Amino acid sequence: MNGMTVIVKTVTRWLKVFIFLYGIYIIITGHLAPGGGFAGGVIIACSYMLLTLAYGKEFTLKRLSLRAGHHLDSSGALLFLVVALFGLGSGGIFFANVLQNRYPGAKFTLLSSGTILISNIAISLKVAASLFLIFIILSVLRIVLVEDGSQKMIQEEEEE
Amino acid sequence: MGIELYLFILLVFLIVGALIAVETKNLLSSVISLGAIGFGLSIAFLFLRAPDLAIVQIAVEVVLLIFLIRATIGRDVIPTKGHIHWAGLLIVCLLTVGFFAFGYYAFRSLNEFGTPIISAVGNAPSNKYLADGLKETGSANIVTSILLDYRAFDTLGEATVLFAAVLGALAVLRGRAWSKREKDK
Amino acid sequence: MVYALCFVLFVIGLYCALTKKNIVKIVIGLTIMEYAVNLFLVLLGYRKDGVAPIVEEGAGPLEFLARSVDPLPQALVVTSIVIGLGVTTLAIALCVRLYEKYGTFDISEIRRLKG
Repeated sequence: MNGMTVIVKTVTRWLKVFIFLYGIYIIITGHLAPGGGFAGGVIIACSYMLLTLAYGKEFTLKRLSLRAGHHLDSSGALLFLVVALFGLGSGGIFFANVLQNRYPGAKFTLLSSGTILISNIAISLKVAASLFLIFIILSVLRIVLVEDGSQKMIQEEEEE
Repeated sequence: MGIELYLFILLVFLIVGALIAVETKNLLSSVISLGAIGFGLSIAFLFLRAPDLAIVQIAVEVVLLIFLIRATIGRDVIPTKGHIHWAGLLIVCLLTVGFFAFGYYAFRSLNEFGTPIISAVGNAPSNKYLADGLKETGSANIVTSILLDYRAFDTLGEATVLFAAVLGALAVLRGRAWSKREKDK
Repeated sequence: MVYALCFVLFVIGLYCALTKKNIVKIVIGLTIMEYAVNLFLVLLGYRKDGVAPIVEEGAGPLEFLARSVDPLPQALVVTSIVIGLGVTTLAIALCVRLYEKYGTFDISEIRRLKG
């Protein structure tokens, strides 16, 4: 899958960093302003999709391969489970917000809500990696014309 | 009265968009009007004082449009030959009109638009979340504290469903690698 | 009245999912039904002249309780939107696979060909 023209590539080079930064901002201040893990994760996946559409599939897969995507996906889900079991182990209740109960921070600051921040980061990793994987798999397919005039679909070699 | 008028106009726009998406023959046009419905829905969420939902809805709508256009581009609909099944269409129309009438009578028993259930029921859980949310969890966004502290099991279930959907899509779309390689041999 | 219009949107999606022959149109009908249900859930929790459920600095807690909209349907609908995205993605993957195997999106043709 080829990339696009020079204009699109130049604009993308400047724009993708800001989209990524905006996604991180929405994740980290999820407990102070509207946002949270889901919205931020989808926005980060959008920035990687923009990179793939503008520069082509091979360029993006050198940066973030399919294997790394699978690892990020699983580690996001595992981190969420670890936070839950941590609450079970030290509070007696599944998912208890133990950091808030033991070390309460000042209100309206960044570190004020205990395990909610860690859960936000875990959820965002999971959602972003999942959507990026699905987009790469959906865009592998390509329609070509063979000699007898009909259309045929081929698939390029996958990396694993 | 102001918010209800805006919502009314917005809903009429959504219904017109849905009618266009259902009836038009070109696949790309119906996908684009689906995108218009999604953006109108995000504005409706802003009117209903749900900014968290508006952000999620717009981001998800953009991703859904990209996936749908990727699936339908270049693959045109060959119009089917003739025969409309009149009896089946009549039954479906009767079913939908009956469903709508049934639902209309069911809506009479809801509260007036603008008075939610929590103002009538005193010990609803939402009252406790609003009153003690900041003290107990320390987060100023009550929706996030519900999602990740009070009802975190639902978020775990959602992560599982997303995981299963991604695995399913990968399994469906990867299987053809083997059949293509065997055919080329 | 607003509830009735939301229900009309749901019924339009239901009609599209029942009577169309193109499988992508069926997926579009399912998506319209999902939008209508999410909108209905958020409409249930709206309070007249309400504020968003985010605590401002220096506001009184009792006044916030009396004026805020219901936060519980909003939390449920966030989960529902993301799950809807996952399910629709799986449906689109199935459509792409069907097109590759049978060469058409028409479900009456697919039922006749049967691989």
